[in-house]
Amino acid sequence: MNVEPYIASNVVTLVLLVGVGFLVAFVRRNRLWREAARTLWSRRKVAILTVGLYLAIGVLDSFAWKGGVPEDVVDVLPNAPLTLVDRLFLGTREASYSAPLAEIEFYGGQPLRHPGTHLLGTDILGRDVLYLSLKGARVALLIGGLTSLIAIPLALLFGVGAGYFGGRFDDFVFFLISTLASMPGLLLLITLIMVMGRGTLSVCVALGVTSWVGFCRLSRAETLKLRELEYVSAARALGVSEPAIVLRHILPNLAHLIVITFVLMFSGLVLSEAVLSWLGIGVDGSWGQMIDGARDELSREPIIWWNIGAAGTALFGLILAVNTVGDAIRDVLDPRTLRDSP
Amino acid sequence: MSALLEVRDLRTTFPSSKRSAGPDDGLPVVDRVSFDLSSGEVLALVGESGSGKSMTALSILRLVPKPGRVVAGEVRLGGENLLDYPVTEMRRVRGTRISMIFQEPMTSLNPVVTAGAQVIEAIQLHDSIGYADARARTRELFVEVGIPDPDARLDAYPHQLSGGLKQRVMIAMALSTRPEILIADEPTTALDVTIQAQILALLRDLQRTRNTAILLITHDLGIVNELADRVAVMYAGRIVEVAERTQLLSNPLHPYTQGLLRSIPARSAAGDRLPEIPGTVPPPSQWPSGCRFSTRCPARFEPCADVMPEELRPAGGRRVWCHDVARNTNPQTDEHGEEEA
Repeated sequence: MNVEPYIASNVVTLVLLVGVGFLVAFVRRNRLWREAARTLWSRRKVAILTVGLYLAIGVLDSFAWKGGVPEDVVDVLPNAPLTLVDRLFLGTREASYSAPLAEIEFYGGQPLRHPGTHLLGTDILGRDVLYLSLKGARVALLIGGLTSLIAIPLALLFGVGAGYFGGRFDDFVFFLISTLASMPGLLLLITLIMVMGRGTLSVCVALGVTSWVGFCRLSRAETLKLRELEYVSAARALGVSEPAIVLRHILPNLAHLIVITFVLMFSGLVLSEAVLSWLGIGVDGSWGQMIDGARDELSREPIIWWNIGAAGTALFGLILAVNTVGDAIRDVLDPRTLRDSP
Repeated sequence: MSALLEVRDLRTTFPSSKRSAGPDDGLPVVDRVSFDLSSGEVLALVGESGSGKSMTALSILRLVPKPGRVVAGEVRLGGENLLDYPVTEMRRVRGTRISMIFQEPMTSLNPVVTAGAQVIEAIQLHDSIGYADARARTRELFVEVGIPDPDARLDAYPHQLSGGLKQRVMIAMALSTRPEILIADEPTTALDVTIQAQILALLRDLQRTRNTAILLITHDLGIVNELADRVAVMYAGRIVEVAERTQLLSNPLHPYTQGLLRSIPARSAAGDRLPEIPGTVPPPSQWPSGCRFSTRCPARFEPCADVMPEELRPAGGRRVWCHDVARNTNPQTDEHGEEEA
């Protein structure tokens, strides 16, 4: 059975939304997390709303459906699945550059097809820059989120396993970590992407495989500490099995680290993708690619500045907001402040 | 009368890197430890730090931390040797038949799970009962261990509880499946004095009402006097003397027990220097081949450092391992030296 990509994408997004729903329900039910979330909200309203805006754009750009395209629109394939964001900008394509809100073409001075509608101008192919920037949000979230979903479980599997069970497995994990750490990260990334072929998934897998080491070390160290605590001994003395101890006593006490790592890793990964785009092996439609494409346009006379400006601002806005939230999360979830709060 | 728990010649060792020449299997932190625990009895295991008290308890539960292991002996619970049990069987024994509470109540509860939930989980681990029933039983247990305002405490996180309350929660958890034996490893050491008294009173009450046998591990002879029926004194991995509490406290036979009792502050007159046992427990690698206490013993003589003393059984069901006691007792006291040298 062959499922069309856009349907798969819709389903995955739906599943993710349901997952987020469960997460919210859990946070609301659990007093510790509920209080942490409340503190976080009271401290970083603007940043959280900004991240929320990016998320909303990303989600709106994830549900696609076919049909409903007017006959006279020529710049999309007939019967292509389009998202809400696509539909908002249907048929706004120009022949070439347009400055923001310009009435005529930037080079040549021909009248535009849609004068005064391009809030952020168009690129060399006449595509609306605002549209491209909005499309980039989904790609950025996908890279950050999917890669974290690959890297963090990998790190936990190896880190907690090595820390808890020790022995041979610990040696093996440390061998793996040392080996990965001794290879130049960027080179390894490029190699992996070359081997797997370009594409969103392979970029995410490559980034994931190269970025789990740090958190693995952290979770191993934390597990080493936790497994010696008396509530772990007490659980054993009560006859709790080893896997149950890991699930019930080790992982929940790593949860704050997982959240902090996820948020801080996220922004780093989005930036890494920009670097990969600059090397020409990034993900299609990312802000990194927009910036890469706009590099050459900076050498034109007069300069095309709105292209790189929009992509850079969008990227900067997301990273700044995520980092600000991440910082606050670290403060709120710090074990000391968590324990001492009444 | 057959005992509920019979420990026979228990030996737990840790591999030693230094003594590679030795034919043996490492350093014996618990060495030929034997004792009985009857139903409803409180047996105190007394000794200095490093004497192997906690290791004895962990050996009984087969929870000796790696790389240590139990290499010999028997732990008979109701006649069956726990050391022969498969791992899953053993896991059922822990919690249902033998429970343990620990020294440090501050860290013996999981900080991210509410106190009630932890006890509920302990109950549901061994009993297949629903959440509501388990919660009701937890509430009863909280009342039984004297936790005020049990309904609020059920949903309290450990950091919202005081040390004494945490220890009560731990006791509730350990008792949740009605074990026959409760091992209490220095249950009051980390608590302040008034709370200590309350916890001891609680243990005494529970032991009486539930007829639970308690293996009490402590270095505090005051606690022994409060709670214990019988006392086993441990030194450097071996039991040196076993006696009824009153006998032991009024008429100690072993020089080590005598030294311990002399160094209780209340027993010396004000202004005098507090008597002490000179030196410290030597590390396992430096234990003498004879009586382990011989390096510090005021009554040592010729064979002490080289020959391990045999078990003596003076009147009153006592047991003591000491050359000096053997020399001083009359020949009519029969010596049941156990077979091995």
